[in-house]
Amino acid sequence: MTAPPTAAPDTRPPVPSVARPHAVRRRPRGRLAALPFLGPGSLYIALLVFVPVLLITAYSFFERGRFGGVVFTFTLENFARLFDPLYLGVVANSLGIAAVVTALALLIGYPTALMITRLSPKWRTIALIAVLLPFWTNFLIRTYAWILLLNNAGWINQALQALGITQEPISMLYTPQAVVVGLLYMYLPLMILPLYSSLSSQDAQLGEAATNLGASPFRVFRTITVPLSIPGILTGCVFVFVPAMSNFVIPELIGGGKTVLIGNLIRDQFLKARDWPFGAALALVLTISLLLLLLLQARLSKRLTDGKREKAGAAKGVVTDA
Amino acid sequence: MRRSRFIRIPFWLTFVFLYLPIVVVVILSFNDSSNLFVWRGFTLDWYGELFRDQAILEGLVNTLIVATGSTAIATVLGTLLAVGIQRYTKGGLVRAFALTPALLPDLLLGIGILSVFSLLGFSLGLYSVLLSHAAFSIAFVTAIVLARLAHLDPSLEEASRDLGAGPVRTFARVTLPQLAPGIVAGALLSFTLSIDEFVIAFFTAAPTTPTLPIVIYSMVRFGVTPEINALATVLLFVSVIAVLGAQRLTKVTEAL
Repeated sequence: MTAPPTAAPDTRPPVPSVARPHAVRRRPRGRLAALPFLGPGSLYIALLVFVPVLLITAYSFFERGRFGGVVFTFTLENFARLFDPLYLGVVANSLGIAAVVTALALLIGYPTALMITRLSPKWRTIALIAVLLPFWTNFLIRTYAWILLLNNAGWINQALQALGITQEPISMLYTPQAVVVGLLYMYLPLMILPLYSSLSSQDAQLGEAATNLGASPFRVFRTITVPLSIPGILTGCVFVFVPAMSNFVIPELIGGGKTVLIGNLIRDQFLKARDWPFGAALALVLTISLLLLLLLQARLSKRLTDGKREKAGAAKGVVTDA
Repeated sequence: MRRSRFIRIPFWLTFVFLYLPIVVVVILSFNDSSNLFVWRGFTLDWYGELFRDQAILEGLVNTLIVATGSTAIATVLGTLLAVGIQRYTKGGLVRAFALTPALLPDLLLGIGILSVFSLLGFSLGLYSVLLSHAAFSIAFVTAIVLARLAHLDPSLEEASRDLGAGPVRTFARVTLPQLAPGIVAGALLSFTLSIDEFVIAFFTAAPTTPTLPIVIYSMVRFGVTPEINALATVLLFVSVIAVLGAQRLTKVTEAL
């Protein structure tokens, strides 16, 4: 920080603090002044994000051309086709797999996050970095690692056979279960981090008070720890569920293309079937559903944290009074 | 505590789950055998092979071009946007607009940009990946710089204006230096995101200009080879260095 040289004693009248709003009010003078700041970025996002999204929206209401491409005739056919049992099956499949992945992530992520909050500050940092580290490595490489592990000749099968658990290798690769494992591996950190931040912000005194009053550890866990961490649980679940729904690479590489999820369907409409309008309709419905889910989660979390804060405050008041 | 067993065991299982695949890849990258799964002794041959592989080198160069270019665009536009939002907007509308690209599924952005380019008759190439990556990176830079701006003292800018500095000079000499840690963090994040990005690149790259993740994708689809293990190990090593470096950097900038 370079301090401005204070040469001569300031002869100007001191600026009274009332003058502050003046300085702030000086700003709105320019809608024009805002332009160099807001203009280029907004234009860029408009052209490369909003125009593409609008075009996809438009395409979803048009017919496909006979040789691919788009014919500009209005139709609702693309949305009607979503109810074809074939595609409903794909949707159900995606929902099911994403739900299982989310549930498993919560099941192993919750104790992990809880354990991290109980470590010493130094180990807490190390554990958090260790959770994040795989997340920052290339996701194709991480997926590849599982292809290697789950392979018929891979180390898991070698270990199972060496231990005499099985005689023949179990084919694990190219199954829906393998897709679940791959997605879980990919998004587990997204569950652990919000859970950790929610759990670590809990007031430890509440648990201590309950224990002093004779509550068993399990009761403390059930009646204090879990209810107070619901916003974190919601955030974590949405953070895992949303990307798991649209991933098409893991089903293809680990699932061998046998497990078709919505993402694969959309990709195929654009690159293989050349039915862009149907692909556009699928992508649009998927995006809107996922955004609604994010919105719902933000609303719920906010309401819960506001409510909880009041309750926690009240509870604390009771404890300190007693 | 009795119940700590119930959280201690899943805790360790989580780390086994997270690191087992990585350890396997690293070990097998030194395996002196073209049979992937049987250990035959130590070698560095696969690394030699890796650095002679034209496809990988080309992919790497493409990726670095895309990451550098998109980071430059995103950093400049994102910083300006953040400052503009902080100064000139009251409601959250412009902010929401600027942050949307980070919320949309990458799949939608990929097919959307592909559709626009094909409608306009533009051919795809490295530049289309670069422009697309900048589009979502802007949102991340904006978010990070905005967070930094929230902690700044506006009176410094006002003081600069009162002492006679013009708006441009105030921006360059007062605002920017204070924002520097946020801008650097935003640039680093957008560089990292771009290097790793696959889905959007998959739709917007020309077949002749694959980025490194696309090269890896085709290799993995073709089958597992010891060479991919070596590549994976190198990339893992780079990520570890980058994450630890960023950790240091945030500590340094927090100390400032």
